[in-house]
Amino acid sequence: MTETGYDEWLAAIADGEGYYLACPDGHGSLPPRRSCPHCGAAELTAEPLPETGEILTFTEVHVPAPNFADEAPYVTAIASFGPVKLTGVVRDLPADEVDLGTTVSVGVGENATTDEQLLVFRPASE
Amino acid sequence: MTDVRIAGVGLTKFGSHPERTGRDLFAEAALAAREDAGVSRDDYEEIFYGNFMGELAEKQGHQGPVMAEAAGLDCPATRYEQACASAGVAFRQAVATIRSGAADVVLAGGMERMNNLGTAEVTQSLAIAADELFEVRAGVTFPGAYALMARAYFDAFGGDSEDLAHIAVKNHANAMQNDYAQFHREITVEDALESPVVADPLTLYDACPITDGASAVVLVSDDYAERHGLDAPVSVTGSGQGGDKAALQDRPHLARTPAATKAADSAYADAGIGPDDVDVAEVHDCFTIAEVLALESLGLYDHGEGVGAAARGETTRDGDLPVNLSGGLKAKGHPVGATGTAQIVEMTKLLRGDHGNSDAVPDARVGVTHNAGGTVASAVVHVLEVDR
Ligand SMILES: [Zn+2]
Repeated sequence: MTETGYDEWLAAIADGEGYYLACPDGHGSLPPRRSCPHCGAAELTAEPLPETGEILTFTEVHVPAPNFADEAPYVTAIASFGPVKLTGVVRDLPADEVDLGTTVSVGVGENATTDEQLLVFRPASE
Repeated sequence: MTDVRIAGVGLTKFGSHPERTGRDLFAEAALAAREDAGVSRDDYEEIFYGNFMGELAEKQGHQGPVMAEAAGLDCPATRYEQACASAGVAFRQAVATIRSGAADVVLAGGMERMNNLGTAEVTQSLAIAADELFEVRAGVTFPGAYALMARAYFDAFGGDSEDLAHIAVKNHANAMQNDYAQFHREITVEDALESPVVADPLTLYDACPITDGASAVVLVSDDYAERHGLDAPVSVTGSGQGGDKAALQDRPHLARTPAATKAADSAYADAGIGPDDVDVAEVHDCFTIAEVLALESLGLYDHGEGVGAAARGETTRDGDLPVNLSGGLKAKGHPVGATGTAQIVEMTKLLRGDHGNSDAVPDARVGVTHNAGGTVASAVVHVLEVDR
């Protein structure tokens, strides 16, 4: 399925050129958007995503939905990247080493079950 | 504005009934509510019906007319879909319709059939209440989403898995006296802590079960109840709804549910009460942590104080503020699209004195129900009061 706006955003992250949408008041959001979800402003500009983010919360999912059957158990986390938060699967880090405050970079990986692209977090290189 | 009274209530037994059709489940609850109300069939003017995943479970869209037939009624019927808050919003529209004077008698209810799907399919179906692009594709399941909130809560306010286990123990104990509940089995804190991890830090006993069931409520105007001499001692005095960003990542705080606060503030103002006036509550504990978030959003506890309420014995059957005397979603069961009106059924019976746990709240005058959709991107709160 093609998802105009979202697909381009994911491709940009895969290329290391991730961005978010900023409104004049500095609220961040993710595409596809035509107005700021926080204040309604219509003027949105693409701004570069910070290189690294910080894990705010996470869970190791043991009972997956069918679209993640071959991934479980896996760790999903929400991480803050400046004015936006992103939700992704943590890769290249053992589950017991994931913690609140862990610094991660964002990229794109493949869902082993569906072969779809998905957002992944990896430990940020020092 | 016309006052709204609850003339009749009905439920199916909640549980695993994979062979029963949705229309049969709803028929049972609707006919029970109609019998309880004793209102003439010709007087029903509209049906407000909640259902979440009927397209997935039964390949049935356009369920309004199907359920009107099942209820044995000949009037317009509309389906409301708002994830786990589907029947809550249906009930809220029913209340608004009577208050506006547009109708004197309506039926509100909901139904969900789930167990005919396997666990994996149900997990996938429930996940559609989350944001498809930004959550489901990143592996967020329904338990996973609440696990993200639980860990954020522990980090922000403290509390732990043992506190949550006390909530599960309490709700299982309450369900023992509820004939309609899915579980009639007491559990211990150890049972809960040792149960398999679903999405850490949540275990199997932090989660509500997969439930088939239906619920229905007959609402009438105060004027109609008086003219027909109905025995309808419970009134709906407050109604409120709140909304939030669909995805957790777009909210400023991951361990708060402001949609429920907005809904509660509206409902309290509508009823002319405050949280201190609440005697008993039925809240949306799809996971144990959700009961905590509900209590705090309803203003019944300060942020950070709700997590220990069950362990301290304050929200148990014998506590100062009994919560989920029905057994809650945790032990009564959670037929998603039926839950909102099932809470109204339970609260009505608790207040009017014919619930298995009414003896725990003999003097209760004000009850509050809290029904949430998704990770509380939608919330509906109602205030019910009984003539004493
Ligand atoms: Zn803005």
